[in-house]
Amino acid sequence: LIPGPFEYHQPGTVDEAVALLGQYGDTGQLIAGGHSLIPMMKLRLAVPEHLIDLRRVEGLTGIEEEGGALVIGAMITQHELIGSSLLSEKCPILRETAETIADPQVRYCGTFGGNVANGDPGNDMPAVMQCLGAEYLLHGPNGARSVAAREFYDAAYFTARADDEILTAVRIPTPPAGHGFAYEKLKRKVGDYATAAAAVVLTLETGACVSASIALTNVGSTPLYAEAAGQALVGTRCDGEAVGEAVRLAREITEPASDMRGPADYRTHVAGVMVARAVARAVGRAAGSADGK
Amino acid sequence: MSKVQIKMTVNGQAVEDQVEPRCLLIHFLREQLNITGPHIGCETSHCGACTVDLNGMSVKSCTVFAVQADGAEVLTIEGMAEADGTLSAIQEGFMQEHGLQCGYCTPGMITRVYRLLQENANPSDEEIRLGLSGNLCRCTGYQNIVKAVRYAAEKINAQREAAE
Repeated sequence: LIPGPFEYHQPGTVDEAVALLGQYGDTGQLIAGGHSLIPMMKLRLAVPEHLIDLRRVEGLTGIEEEGGALVIGAMITQHELIGSSLLSEKCPILRETAETIADPQVRYCGTFGGNVANGDPGNDMPAVMQCLGAEYLLHGPNGARSVAAREFYDAAYFTARADDEILTAVRIPTPPAGHGFAYEKLKRKVGDYATAAAAVVLTLETGACVSASIALTNVGSTPLYAEAAGQALVGTRCDGEAVGEAVRLAREITEPASDMRGPADYRTHVAGVMVARAVARAVGRAAGSADGK
Repeated sequence: MSKVQIKMTVNGQAVEDQVEPRCLLIHFLREQLNITGPHIGCETSHCGACTVDLNGMSVKSCTVFAVQADGAEVLTIEGMAEADGTLSAIQEGFMQEHGLQCGYCTPGMITRVYRLLQENANPSDEEIRLGLSGNLCRCTGYQNIVKAVRYAAEKINAQREAAE
């Protein structure tokens, strides 16, 4: 399993990296943590002639809160994300999700930016970003722009990022203090991709749901923002009837493939189970739940 | 493709050589440096037999290009024993608790445990199992590996307390 030959580039700035992407066009490829790309290169499913390594690029490794949002640099690894006390305090669903990704060795290398940007429907962070209403900051030859996570994914491995653009950071509106959250993921074994998974973020006031957001992983060719399912909870007490309706609406938008993780019907079923479990856990964690927490 | 000059520190020794950019770190270690402790198991970043410590991170050296490790500090199983040749507490734990049978996964296991115990001096059994979830063993059933890690943690902590 030897990758095809390539020339190796180590730009020091975002502009240099963008210029290299422009210069090499289809024959150039960005590498961040490499834990999706290198396996593809070994199988010769990816045969870049020019590999542009982002590890020395300045300014991609911050974690900050500014203007009511958490801004996470694209080269932050899953390991660093898990270790961030700011993120654990302000947006703990990120840590809960990162801990379900692969295994410790992979999390030391695998980056947050790579996970959201490469467009693999099995990746966990994209649905969580849709759930949180995140924005992706992209840099290209004409400067910067931002794209909502909910608008970013077109199909498996096809995204709104242009070939000569680089994801530099993700901006997540800081969820309100006391929000409830959960990422529920069914997998065949530790480290596997999801058979189906659901991200839920909600807020309660005296037991009633004020806002709710739900998104699904690996039950379609893209992550799925289940807007109607979230809306079905708002104004309810997240009782059995409301959750049942959210589950039904979430299942309705799934289009999973039948593969070694199970037939399509089963994965649609599991997606609903994950939604119900995630809602229950999020309600239990939220301030303002009916039992007075 | 032209070769690239890289240098790194492996088990405390400065090394320097030329590699093709596509050369994986595991191949650089084994074939160019003759450091054959890290093993090639699956070659698909699942089994962890090739685990080495790279700049304070456990990594699967089959999924890192040698050029990405340019300038790095690398530690392999060859660098685990004490300077006088006595086994480290982790190695001793694997021996005393029968944490290996065929031994193929052991260099990767021990190298991973080294980093795990640096980050968490008192891991619970669950934390040990999750911490080793990137290392597969087909012989032991893991029970004795968990015991070996516990043995090592206790010994390292006892030594630390004695020194204080």
